[in-house]
Amino acid sequence: MHTALLLEMAADAFPDRAALGARDAAVSFAELQARARAGAAWLASLGEGSVVWLGLNGPALPAAVFASGALGRPFAPLNYRSPDEDLRKLAARTAPSVAIADDDMLPRISGIPGVVAVARSAFEAACLDPAHRAAEPPGADPDIAVLLFTSGTTGEPKAAVLRHRHLAAYVISTVEFMGAEEGEAALVSVPPYHIAGVSAVLTGLYGGRRVVHLPAFTPEAWVETSAREEITHAMLVPTMLGRVLDVLEARGEGLPHLQSLSYGGGRMPTSVIERALRLLPHVNFVNAYGLTETSSTISVLGPKDHRVAIASDDPDVRRRLGSVGRPLPGLELEIRGPAGEVLGPGEVGEVHVRGEQVAGEYLGRSLLDADGWFPTKDQGWLDAEGYLFVEGRLDDVIVRGGENISPGEIEDVLRAHPQVADVAVVGAPDDQWGERVAAFVVARGEAPTPEALSDWVRERLRSTKTPESYDFREDLPYNETGKLLRRVLKQELAARASTSGAAA
Amino acid sequence: MELKPGSRWRSAVCDTEVVLVRPPSAAASLECGGQPMAPHGAERPAGLAVSADHAGGSLMGKRYVDAESGLEALCTKPGAGSLSLDGRPLTMKEAKKLPSSD
Repeated sequence: MHTALLLEMAADAFPDRAALGARDAAVSFAELQARARAGAAWLASLGEGSVVWLGLNGPALPAAVFASGALGRPFAPLNYRSPDEDLRKLAARTAPSVAIADDDMLPRISGIPGVVAVARSAFEAACLDPAHRAAEPPGADPDIAVLLFTSGTTGEPKAAVLRHRHLAAYVISTVEFMGAEEGEAALVSVPPYHIAGVSAVLTGLYGGRRVVHLPAFTPEAWVETSAREEITHAMLVPTMLGRVLDVLEARGEGLPHLQSLSYGGGRMPTSVIERALRLLPHVNFVNAYGLTETSSTISVLGPKDHRVAIASDDPDVRRRLGSVGRPLPGLELEIRGPAGEVLGPGEVGEVHVRGEQVAGEYLGRSLLDADGWFPTKDQGWLDAEGYLFVEGRLDDVIVRGGENISPGEIEDVLRAHPQVADVAVVGAPDDQWGERVAAFVVARGEAPTPEALSDWVRERLRSTKTPESYDFREDLPYNETGKLLRRVLKQELAARASTSGAAA
Repeated sequence: MELKPGSRWRSAVCDTEVVLVRPPSAAASLECGGQPMAPHGAERPAGLAVSADHAGGSLMGKRYVDAESGLEALCTKPGAGSLSLDGRPLTMKEAKKLPSSD
């Protein structure tokens, strides 16, 4: 199965339906198909290899995704926020390639051997050029659909490989073809180099929902575009949702057209989702958990789950608000221990997943085991009803005197403290214990004392999980898709430990 | 007929069109309205009609399966004929609609 087929089907079934863009100037499915074919013909004339995307969101993005698909070439979106040096290193890894760059970003990617850099405006013009639209683009066998460089929060970015069959399986098994109601519109504000930015294009169009792109996220623009475009569906990462709620609260606005809001891509603080449910009572909330390597979502906590959890007095049910729901039908999910043994309900281990959408591959290296299981490197557990709780990356686990401590659990407890706005817990080097628990706290109002916070944690968790140091900060380091950069905090602690060691 | 994943087929007797999602375990004939389906681009032959035994119709966007062979087909255009494989009616896959997550 080929992702280009998804657009072909939609364009055949509903050529005139609005596929992309503003309500009063929407691009139809037939027009998008024509642009993608013309774009493919033009790209093929420029050079061989991957199609790199360096730019903001917009209607040209889906055209480029489907054009590369039609050519059988990998689509490789790059992070335009990377420093030039890193960006050029990544771009060099895509050679041979043709790179489409926003006009103002073109110089950043020009002059790299094996990379033909072209302006986005030239691509857009080619998509409308009658000569290219008349050309029959060279066909190709489907292979790699997308190459996504992981955010590299722990080291050198890896190129995750998603093949056409993985993405097509994900789309077909999770979305009903043209199942959207007339007038539905999805706002995509995650950047193109995030898996959700790619999958949103595919699932939105296949479902028949008009896709509206926010060129780049700001909470004000998100709220204004939602109102103007009568957006019914959207996806946000947790930090974005918090900022959107701030704007709504400050302006005293609701979002009357919004029906469904999904969130994912990081841990959602319970306080934020509770506030969202309160401010937007008419909206269906969906918590989606997935990884780049699994073609996006593998587990969802649906609207009904949210309502049942928040209304329940049963602590086991209520805590599901902090879960990522249940695995998608057709996917298999297991929690395994260090020796590979399958663990039972309530036991914490590594999340493993298997299914047709699971790629589990980096360029040149598959991580799937002989039976097709993908170890996610996420730590989690299932409750008795099969709800999945994800505690964070295994790499982030703090090992204190042989005990494995998950920072996520401690962060959740601290975040519930009335004087804590945000918090990060990491392992600090410790001569006696190997690592000790260190907390970075953003205070809400007056800063709490370390003693008060330690008491708070000790009352709720074991004493070994109580942080042994607190640093108070104005804010914490996040990347723009909402991932906490623990590495930055750990480096800081390590640097401090070596300085104090030298002084002593 | 080569039932490859991603191949597209049209009914010989009605408006139905399908995309093959999963191939059958062995060679078989995919039919609509009681007649073998034709490749997507083919002309519709004249003089054929939907057989009364296969007139239940197909529904847009639904997936149809044959449990015996594992075949799965997705309806991309609805029509008056119903789908079958070697005469066995396909069954509609009652997929629970998942909430949108992207």
